[in-house]
Amino acid sequence: MANTNQALRKSPLEGRLGGGAGVTITPADPMSRMSLRVKDKDVKTVGKALGLALPTKPKTSVVSSGKDAQVSALWIGPDEWLVLSGVDADLSGALGKIKPVHSAVDISQRNTAVLLEGPKALDLLQAGCPQNLNDDVFPIGACSRTIFGKAEVVIWRTDAQSYHIECWRSFSDYVFKFMVQAAKGL
Amino acid sequence: MLYIRCPYCEEYRPELEFRHAGEAHIERPSNLAEISADDMEKFLFIRENKRGIIFERWRHIHGCGRYFNCVRDTVTDQIIMTYKSGEPKPSDEEIEKAILALKEEQTS
Ligand SMILES: [Zn+2]
Repeated sequence: MANTNQALRKSPLEGRLGGGAGVTITPADPMSRMSLRVKDKDVKTVGKALGLALPTKPKTSVVSSGKDAQVSALWIGPDEWLVLSGVDADLSGALGKIKPVHSAVDISQRNTAVLLEGPKALDLLQAGCPQNLNDDVFPIGACSRTIFGKAEVVIWRTDAQSYHIECWRSFSDYVFKFMVQAAKGL
Repeated sequence: MLYIRCPYCEEYRPELEFRHAGEAHIERPSNLAEISADDMEKFLFIRENKRGIIFERWRHIHGCGRYFNCVRDTVTDQIIMTYKSGEPKPSDEEIEKAILALKEEQTS
């Protein structure tokens, strides 16, 4: 990898905390993020370079098994994935040498995330999201780009009562305040 | 709120995730430089805007991002069926069948 200046990754929500009875609202630590577009025929090759099989079923996600550099790929559209990993991961580097034409845009700084946890996490989400997120259609591991209040978000259910909410950095203040407000009404 | 079936996500999703994108099945003339001003006007601006069953494009903009086509009744605002871009326009028979299926669904 060429020597480049590394931007310092700071969460726009640094230091904030929220929640109430039954749910905590926490800004996620900085991560590496990539918006990935790949044609059908190249999905296998590109996935392999990232160390996983890119999910091809709507609303599903895959987490790589390697424990030192865990990579997650979230299905966003028929040819689009959101790839997440630790802050030091070199995602575009991993794709640097493969042949298939693809688009890999580093969005580590564009997005940030909020983590919701607790028995009321789903209720809080449904205060702002019109999509059905119940167990039968949104099990653990499910993910979807959707709307939260007026902001576009990606909701990823990481555990029974845990959700990872990706949103654009500039919307994060709105999203966080919306959540804090909604938690008061639970 | 309407619930619209996205043919790419393969499920019904709330209207707020979608954006309307005009009439469907409008073919771009391959000889654009040669057509008359009148034909150009027709291609760009003249739309059916019919009362009843229409074909239109929608985009799942806050979802999978895809454009798809939709058959909607402008009298009842009921969405009769949706299908992927590039798929042929459904025939009258297919639309009739879809309407019947919807009715059955509602009464059962
Ligand atoms: Zn969709």
